[in-house]
Amino acid sequence: MSVHRKQDAPDERNVLDTTKQGVLGEPLERPEGLLKVTGTATYAAEFDAENCLEGVLVTVPVVRGKVTSIDRESALQMPGVVAVIADERLTGRAAQGMAGEAPFQPAQQVCYWGQPVALVVAESFEEARDAAKHLAVEIDEDGDEAPLDPDAVEAEQRKPTKNGDLAHAMTQAVHSVDATFTTDGHASAAMEPHAAMAQWDGQSLTVHASLQMLKFNRAELADSLNLKEEQVRLISPYVGGGFGSKLGISEEAVGASLAAMELGKPVRVVMSRQQVFQTVMRRSETTQRVRLAADGEGRLTGFGHEARVSNLPGEEFAEPVLQSSQFLYGGDNRLLQLEVARIHRMTAGSVRAPGEAVGVQTVEQAMDMLAEKAGLDPVELRLRNIPDKHPAKDKPYSSRKLAECLREGASAFGWKEGPRKPRHTREGEWWIGSGVASAARIHAVVEAKARVTLRPDGTALVETDMTDIGTGTYAILGQVAGEMLGLSLDDVEVRLGDTDMPPGSGSGGSFGASSCGSAVFLACEGLRDTLAEKLGIEASDLSLKDGFALWEDEKKAITEVLDGKAIEEIGHFEPGKSTEDYAVASFGAFFAEVAVNHWTGETRVRRMTGAFGFGRVLNARTARSQCLGGMTWCIGNALTESLLFDPTDGHLANCDLAEYHVPVHRDVPDLEVLLLEERDAAASPIQAKGVGELGLCGGAGAIANAIYDACGARVFAYPMTPDRVLAAMPEA
Amino acid sequence: MRPFDYQRAERLEHAAQLAAGEDTMALAGGTNLIDLMKLQVETPQTLVDIGRLSLGEIADDGEGLRIGALASNTATAAHPRVRSDYPVLARAILAGATQQLRNKATTGGNLCQRTRCYYFTNIDQPCNKREPGSGCGAIDGIAKLHAVLGTSPHCIATYPGDMAVALSALDATVEIAGDGHERSVPVREFHLLPGDTPERDNVLEPGEIITSVTLPAPVGGTHIYRKVRERSSYAFALCSVAAVIDMADNRFTRADLAFGGLAHKPWHDPRIADLLIGSEPSAALFDKAADLLLEDAQGYGENDFKIPLARRTLTAVLCEATGVEA
Ligand SMILES: Cc1cc2nc3c(=O)[nH]c(=O)nc-3n(C[C@H](O)[C@H](O)[C@H](O)COP(=O)(O)OP(=O)(O)OC[C@H]3O[C@@H](n4cnc5c(N)ncnc54)[C@H](O)[C@@H]3O)c2cc1C
Ligand code: SF4
Repeated sequence: MSVHRKQDAPDERNVLDTTKQGVLGEPLERPEGLLKVTGTATYAAEFDAENCLEGVLVTVPVVRGKVTSIDRESALQMPGVVAVIADERLTGRAAQGMAGEAPFQPAQQVCYWGQPVALVVAESFEEARDAAKHLAVEIDEDGDEAPLDPDAVEAEQRKPTKNGDLAHAMTQAVHSVDATFTTDGHASAAMEPHAAMAQWDGQSLTVHASLQMLKFNRAELADSLNLKEEQVRLISPYVGGGFGSKLGISEEAVGASLAAMELGKPVRVVMSRQQVFQTVMRRSETTQRVRLAADGEGRLTGFGHEARVSNLPGEEFAEPVLQSSQFLYGGDNRLLQLEVARIHRMTAGSVRAPGEAVGVQTVEQAMDMLAEKAGLDPVELRLRNIPDKHPAKDKPYSSRKLAECLREGASAFGWKEGPRKPRHTREGEWWIGSGVASAARIHAVVEAKARVTLRPDGTALVETDMTDIGTGTYAILGQVAGEMLGLSLDDVEVRLGDTDMPPGSGSGGSFGASSCGSAVFLACEGLRDTLAEKLGIEASDLSLKDGFALWEDEKKAITEVLDGKAIEEIGHFEPGKSTEDYAVASFGAFFAEVAVNHWTGETRVRRMTGAFGFGRVLNARTARSQCLGGMTWCIGNALTESLLFDPTDGHLANCDLAEYHVPVHRDVPDLEVLLLEERDAAASPIQAKGVGELGLCGGAGAIANAIYDACGARVFAYPMTPDRVLAAMPEA
Repeated sequence: MRPFDYQRAERLEHAAQLAAGEDTMALAGGTNLIDLMKLQVETPQTLVDIGRLSLGEIADDGEGLRIGALASNTATAAHPRVRSDYPVLARAILAGATQQLRNKATTGGNLCQRTRCYYFTNIDQPCNKREPGSGCGAIDGIAKLHAVLGTSPHCIATYPGDMAVALSALDATVEIAGDGHERSVPVREFHLLPGDTPERDNVLEPGEIITSVTLPAPVGGTHIYRKVRERSSYAFALCSVAAVIDMADNRFTRADLAFGGLAHKPWHDPRIADLLIGSEPSAALFDKAADLLLEDAQGYGENDFKIPLARRTLTAVLCEATGVEA
């Protein structure tokens, strides 16, 4: 049986506040945590099969061209080599998130430096790797120089948002800011490299893969291979991080599948760390102009945000830098304009918090500059500019904790009120300062299904192809089911990551918990109806707790109600009008204290507070962990992360975790997280929004503002490495 | 990685003999060599594992100290005499890499670690150091990490390590054994400038093995190792300064300084000590020292910032050592 709901109106019943089990929201440990920390959770490359062959992708050091020949014969002479796969179906780019169709084919058409063009399969990994490096590939390079510099090409304009006359508002403003910022590209490399192990039985394909969104990935893989979706099964119970790089399929999954189909044997392909960096999703670098016009009280009369991003020719995706600029602050005269430069770097796609992760921090720096001009406390300036309704579209906010986050965050952090002047505190060589930024992230929900079975022994089983990319999906889906069915987490089993199970939303865009949580919720509502029916009562009179059904003064064990028969429901959640009729988003505030070295420009974050409101908290521990992760990324985004592309041939130079600098432990101080409980009835049937990405939407701006407050260096380029800070440091 | 032969040396003479073979490299902790072999930057026919030789000892050497070539960086940094008599060395080592790497990394391997130039480690790029005559990708490319002192048109790479910078300030000596011979080379002369043979990092001849590093008798003074980097650990130096400084009557009596991240070798300029010794510390004097240091400095665009950064870092170190406020 199935319970389907398309959410066309807010669900104000808040059913989960009336249930009795009390497990939802609790800071419970993730059930699979022990497996993960003891190395016994099985990741894609760790699945074994008899006679499994090893494949290594062959990449080419050319920006643009066409493969004209591949010397298979010599490779096949090398020890252990079994095959060279250079099928037309081999893909040359990563699929965009939720594409649901094959990414760019054929791989032999080269569009960026380091693109895979073939796969060498051998008995051992070492033999395959050696042969892959030796394989002679001839390429007819394009005569014209491929454009590599995003600032040196014409850009395509996307449809702007225009209200009133921003230019005029700027001339009329009492206080105004017009600033241009740049952010460098970001890598999406996760701890677990891209890996796939494929098996073909002549009819159907089974792939153990490391992917975030299985129902889409299945469609992408089937389309790439010219198979029917039903012929493809993906298994991905644990994913060692994604950050967007595993939203869509990449070359390893297609390569392993093609090889398995051709050779009739299992084939495993694992990307090297360098290949992960050079071939999967990057976040585009951006150039952003922010214009703010304000009256004498610092109230915005104009708001402009224009951004240039880049991508490969033919890719629809453009880093949605302006996403939350649409609704975060007011200002009647608005101009939001995004443009895309076509250049030959690997695919740009959705990398952790696409858009806001680089778009909020620049606005937040501009707001800081405005606060200084207006002589206002930066927190106060933000509070003054929280609009009553969506500033460009005439619709209300569903729920919004921005003001509360700013106030409560400020108080927890110990924010000193009042207008600010930089260079107020020096401790030895170090300038000390603090900064604030708002956080905002759009809300998304995606169609999702989950099956919940109440088994005769009174335990429940939750099944969906949803993934856990380290975020806590196992825990929170178990908690939703436990809460609804009156069971402790020990009595709920959650199975994830297998396309043989009902299709969930997948992990991406922070929508997994609210979307799949809602599917589980709906399935459980159905089960509650069935139990009530069996008891001959109204579902609204039924309470479930600790394995018992309770109504009026009666009490009966669920096992007794079931009487030896399992019952099951498939919950089917579909987004509807409720998320269109309201401006739905998650909000928060960041406060950072930094120390900037007077001599060297080195910046160390000393402490950071984040306050976040994202609807119902499903598990306070995993939600906090998400925020900690996000804030850690803020530090990387502000201070260290940068993809370095060679100006001559466009190759990515820093392609491992020694040279691409993410924060190390010592860079990450005590982070304080405040979770502000909220119910958002329009967001999802469980009143939850997304938290995963919120923690990295704006925080880099708080750090940038703190750098300015500390030493007077207003840095307009991210990351704020010592050279950039020093260059902006005032002389005296 | 290319297929290779693996041999384990049991005795030093044996090691030197084996290492003299064609296309042969010594393997110590492997933290640099194995990575480079995976990338096919290093493609030795034969690896001679010297890890079992008894070269791990750290022992008194007259008034000085002898640090075996196979002593781990962790053991050296933690050694009581290093900590009390040569703290600049302990500090330099601890400013490098990570605990896990330092547990494996050895004295000899650390001295011989290769540059982190992105073009050197990518075999699809031109690099005179890796493939003489192929050109230098970094000169017109990404050169943020690169040298501003002692460069040549053939190579602008830096020696990336920290330990050797402290050893240079301490005027240590590298003890070397070859097939049938032994020799000593001051650390300050061990690494080479790139000139027109950037493929040569140091003076070791084929078959020669570092057996130890000897430190002269301790000199006291204030020991500072200051490393400027993009994150607070696990990053190579943009610029570093090792300093052993002593004062009497508010005048410098010792000013042994060496610089990392600026050149193809730990940079030591004897003129700086000559300038400082006997003088009273002052901001103006420190500026003069920086002038000397950077007299011939040349940036390559992306690394231009290293020139003012080196000046500021040197000033910071001298201020810290002398208590002068600038
Ligand atoms: C991610 C990362 C970060 C790092 N960060 C830093 C840092 O911040 N600062 C820093 O200083 N270092 C850093 N290192 C480098 C590290 O210190 C070196 O890898 C290490 O010291 C090398 O020692 P090893 O014993 O492992 O050498 P190996 O890898 O075994 O050998 C390196 C080279 O030395 C030669 N060799 C080794 N022993 C001898 C000998 N006795 N005689 C002659 N030749 C010999 C080998 O043939 C080889 O060419 C980092 C390394 C990594 C991987
Ligand atoms: S700087 Fe030296 S190591 Fe780097 S590419 Fe040029 S020659 Fe090679």
